[in-house]
Amino acid sequence: FYLTPPQVNSILKANEYSFKVPEFDGKNVSSVLGFDSNQLPANAPIEDRRSAATCLQTRGMLLGVFDGHAGCACAQAVSERLFYYIAVSLLPHETLLEIENAVENGRALLPILQWHKHPNDYFSKEASKLYFNSLRTYWQELIDLNSGETTDVREALINAFKRLDNDISLEAQVGDPNSFLNYLVLRVAFSGSTACVAHVDGVDLHVANTGDSRAMLGVQEEDGSWSAVNLSYDHNAQNEHEVERVKMEHPKSEEKSLVKQDRLLGLLMPFRAFGDVKFKWSIELQKRVVESGPDQLNDNEYTKFIPPNYHTPPYLTAEPEVIHHKLRPQDKFLVLATDGLWETMHRQDVARIVGEYLTGVHHQQPIAVGGYKVTLGQMHGLLTERRARISSVFEDQNAATHLIRHAVGNNEFGTVDHERLSKMLSLPEELARMYRDDITIIVVQFNSHVIGAY
Amino acid sequence: AAGMFLRLLSDIQWRAAHPKWRRMTSSQRSTSTTAEPHPLSLPAQAQVVICGGGIMGTSVAYHLSKMGFKDIVLLEQGRLAAGTTRFCAGIVSTARPVSIELKMAHYSNKLYQQLEQETGVQTGYMKTGSISLAQTQDRLISLKRIASSLNVMGIPCEIISPKKVLQLHPLINIHDLVGAMYVPEDALVSSANVSLALATAASRNGVQIHERTSVSHVTIQKGRVTGVETDRGRIQCDYFVNCAGQWAYELGHSGEEPVHIPVHACEHFYLLTHPLQAPLSSSLPTIVDPDGRIYIRNWQGGILSGGFEKNPKPLFTEGRNQLEIQNLQEDWDHFGPLLSALLRRMPGLEALQIMQLVNCPESFTPDMRCIMGESPTARGYFVLAGMNSAGISYGGGAGKYLAEWIVNGYPSENVWPLDLKRFGTLQSSRTFLRHRVMEVMPLMYDLKVPRWDFQTGRQLRTSPLYDRLDAQGARWMEKHGFERVKYFVPPGSDLLDLDHSKTFYKPDWFDIVGSEVKCCKEAVCVIDMSSFTKFEISSTGDQALESLQYLFSNDLDVPVGHVVHTGMLNEKGGYENDCSIARLSKRSFFMISPTDQQVHCWAWLKNRLPDDSNLVLEDVTWKYTALNLIGPRAVDVLSELSYAPMTAEHFPSLFCKEMSVGYANGIRVMSITHTGEPGFVLYIPIEYALHVYNEVMNMGQKYGIRNAGYYALRSLRIEKFFAFWGQDLDAFTTPMECGREFQVKLDKGMEFLGQEVLLEQKQNGVYKRFTMFILEDHDTDMDLWPWWGEPIFRNGRYVGKTTSSAYSYTLERHVCLGFVHHFDEETGEKLVVTTDFINQGEYEIDIAGQRFQAKAKLYPFSSLFAQRRRKDEVELSGYQRE
Repeated sequence: FYLTPPQVNSILKANEYSFKVPEFDGKNVSSVLGFDSNQLPANAPIEDRRSAATCLQTRGMLLGVFDGHAGCACAQAVSERLFYYIAVSLLPHETLLEIENAVENGRALLPILQWHKHPNDYFSKEASKLYFNSLRTYWQELIDLNSGETTDVREALINAFKRLDNDISLEAQVGDPNSFLNYLVLRVAFSGSTACVAHVDGVDLHVANTGDSRAMLGVQEEDGSWSAVNLSYDHNAQNEHEVERVKMEHPKSEEKSLVKQDRLLGLLMPFRAFGDVKFKWSIELQKRVVESGPDQLNDNEYTKFIPPNYHTPPYLTAEPEVIHHKLRPQDKFLVLATDGLWETMHRQDVARIVGEYLTGVHHQQPIAVGGYKVTLGQMHGLLTERRARISSVFEDQNAATHLIRHAVGNNEFGTVDHERLSKMLSLPEELARMYRDDITIIVVQFNSHVIGAY
Repeated sequence: AAGMFLRLLSDIQWRAAHPKWRRMTSSQRSTSTTAEPHPLSLPAQAQVVICGGGIMGTSVAYHLSKMGFKDIVLLEQGRLAAGTTRFCAGIVSTARPVSIELKMAHYSNKLYQQLEQETGVQTGYMKTGSISLAQTQDRLISLKRIASSLNVMGIPCEIISPKKVLQLHPLINIHDLVGAMYVPEDALVSSANVSLALATAASRNGVQIHERTSVSHVTIQKGRVTGVETDRGRIQCDYFVNCAGQWAYELGHSGEEPVHIPVHACEHFYLLTHPLQAPLSSSLPTIVDPDGRIYIRNWQGGILSGGFEKNPKPLFTEGRNQLEIQNLQEDWDHFGPLLSALLRRMPGLEALQIMQLVNCPESFTPDMRCIMGESPTARGYFVLAGMNSAGISYGGGAGKYLAEWIVNGYPSENVWPLDLKRFGTLQSSRTFLRHRVMEVMPLMYDLKVPRWDFQTGRQLRTSPLYDRLDAQGARWMEKHGFERVKYFVPPGSDLLDLDHSKTFYKPDWFDIVGSEVKCCKEAVCVIDMSSFTKFEISSTGDQALESLQYLFSNDLDVPVGHVVHTGMLNEKGGYENDCSIARLSKRSFFMISPTDQQVHCWAWLKNRLPDDSNLVLEDVTWKYTALNLIGPRAVDVLSELSYAPMTAEHFPSLFCKEMSVGYANGIRVMSITHTGEPGFVLYIPIEYALHVYNEVMNMGQKYGIRNAGYYALRSLRIEKFFAFWGQDLDAFTTPMECGREFQVKLDKGMEFLGQEVLLEQKQNGVYKRFTMFILEDHDTDMDLWPWWGEPIFRNGRYVGKTTSSAYSYTLERHVCLGFVHHFDEETGEKLVVTTDFINQGEYEIDIAGQRFQAKAKLYPFSSLFAQRRRKDEVELSGYQRE
């Protein structure tokens, strides 16, 4: 059984998406040129999610990857909702008032976000009303709080993360009269998701991370080589500070049982996450909700199961760590990816592969004949060769796809081995998860000219 | 290096030839040592100021001075012939599909040929001939069509076999060719030197030439040019000619009152090589390989080869910037595909050494035709620009026509296809131009089949019904920025690629249009005709009537509610416009004209209506949606919707009444359909458009109503011998020449424009006659279809060309309309065309070299008119241009 190159390509490209910040005949004021994103599922259905949107009422662009576990419900909800929470947190008081007035009077709402979605990236229609009401409660509280201070992006990101997680938890406790929705909010709350979100506004880049997805900046050194700068810390057992933090938050008596086999309470890989109320609620609350919940929930062994050594919840938080970075002209791109990528590739390789891909696409040195003696035939040969080189790079129109191709297909020499690629992609569903994880990648490209002009 | 060479050459030539510098010693000629001669001061006033010292500016100066104009000043911001002209490939090619362009190129060729003798300036003129290659049968057909029109103009031209190509040019690979067209008299020139020769001759005739003088703007007062401001002072003038090439747009916009000149530059690349081992003969013909997108000419023993690539690079969208023409980059990767095509065509050139890749910007226009004429808003402001990279071919002829225009008020040929007034402000958006020229440039060498449409710059002007019609399968074409329906693809039919069907034969939509025509004949169809130009003219007293009576040939003093078909004629009795005018009240008139008349007609009326604040001319085009209800059941639909009797007794033909349709009131209903079929046009205030359309479609259901498009309309009007302005009628055609005497009231009791000529023609006869031809032995399925521009032969002799054609579903034959002349067999002189002359001939129409028998008719088939509702006045006019 062997996949032909076109078959491989159709699998790799099925979820690819590109967005170019609209440029009006050379007039481009955004520091972001655009982004490429892609996903390759290993789970069926895939548990990763991705989001990208432009803030319409404030400046800036939001991009994020979300790695779900115990189902995709939580990652889905976070991918739909988190950017609204962030955008609302960033809004000035007057805009909030305007929006609230519009809702109050049934007038048309100012659009808050312009989404950039692949056709496969869906939004839940059924829950939109519920989600909207929670969001509205949030902005009403923001209006009441009116601190009068200008919104700090770091704070906005932290507030938005925490608030959304809180709403997820509350919705599950309150339930919904509609049985479908009721089941949905419970599934969201009992599953979990990491989130790694970037907010780019001019030269200000903020990355808010919860969990073990990662953000990495691609930097081109003066000699043209590529290096990687981490813009997030993984929240897992490999991060000493994280382990330290968890231990600090619980009594000494639990020290041994807190992290076992590199997992939180011996169960959970990421040390921070959305949802996962099994690690946040008290045992009583969990039991009450599960018992009063729908039968499907009751029959589910996982939801009924209480983690061992569960004494002082919460053990888990959705609060992100935020890193601020001032973009410089040598900062060429940002990669946001779920751990599926980072497990297989070193960030240094990621920087190099993406960097070379992007420059190969954009900067092939122009030829000048000058004073040399060149014949038509020689020139023709040279041009044909250049075209061939470009088209091999152009096999992927999308930097994220290019990266996935390397992540899945790289042999020991660091080049794509088609046979390996074919084998990895033709694994049956039940085996795929053993060899690779879901991979979700967003590659954001920066406009050095705009950044340099700041 | 080659650029430098040309540059040096042109400097030397110009100085040697220029009287002022004649005595200079040769050592002073070198650019580095020459001190700038003290510039003559600018004159304070002149009759004509020409801006631009390229081929266009110098040609206009040359012709104006030849025609006796004194007091002409030519201003050039840099050096003469230093812009696009200097870089131009220097190919003079007459093989042009548009007849007026063909004439210009033909004249240019003759002019350049004798220019060296006339001026003493070496022009490098060399008659090499040109060969256009066809790699496909369709390409060969398009070449044959051009060959037909060249031949009837007396320009030698033949279709040759690939083998013959090889004899004429030994380097060519002919294996993929199906044929070629050979034009032996095409030539090569040094374009900069042609321009300098023209300047020299002009200068001898008294034209003052000032280099290094740039025009900052043109001053316009009360709609007239009064002078130009330059960096060296002001010159008062009566006429200004904008020949600024790719800067024409900016120059047009520099003044307070902008003159919109829609041109946009694209980079154009060509390659220069060192000489071959055995240098190529300078008489070797030029090769044009449109399927390979390239041209190849001999150049100093080597070759010069360029082309029109699929992915052009537009530039200067934001106007002029620091990028000077000289600094444009060579882009070999961009040139790659053209180089491949070159080596495929001439594989033997592999070892030839490259000299340079020249990047030379060329200006392009939105419709691939050049721009000439007077500004619609500023009298005396003339333009000649946008040559679409054929400047050297057109230069001579274009300069001549523009000079005639300035001197005589009109050129000696119909130049409407090139007239600046075919464009309005709407084609002047830089975004539109940038996108459109990216389509136009590759189109230079694309195969142009009948009825192709531009794909860029679309959906600019639309009817409020656009989405409704689109959802019902409408396929669209565009006129003056307005989207119009060609036909409706019935639901369920799998004709997705219908728009892409490119053929010279029977098109895919044949049956679709056939069924729309059938519905027009038997039931009722709706055609959205909102694109028409609509003006209202009203006055407090009789001023409107009096002015219109002078400007229009028919009698407009008709009872209120009558509609009059009439021409808007020029002094020579020719149609400047053909329109329908409804008398809304004693003192107000509603005028319908073809879509592309919006600018021209407005300017014509504005310039001629008395300056009287009590007389108001208003453009109401955008205010009304027009629905044309065609067919015998239109009357039923409308009477049900209005509760008003619509039969002939109550609503005779050529009537106009405001009435209600459905809930909507104030709908102007006119009993005309522009096709000769019974029916009505509804002029609906746009906010009611959707309502009225819905009502009409609902009510019409029981009468079998359906949507139809312009192709159906066209078939209907042509089979009824209706002439359309812009297609059949032009400023050189009088009503007498197209059988429309009945639309002229010579005795209306007052003088009108063109009256004298018409009276003279009535007495002495006409020199051409609009005639209808029915193709006899033409197989609709198998034979090439006629389009327009096909030569007409009478008793084997060429007598004229067709102007439009369509398949008549009623006659089940092709119908061609066209003009028949009577050329004296000995002298070629034009003689009077009589009815007998028309009737007593055997006719043939030449479609791409194949002749088909045709029957000539001067009157339409009366059997085609389903019913005559007003005995005396059958609607015998249609007018919109296709």
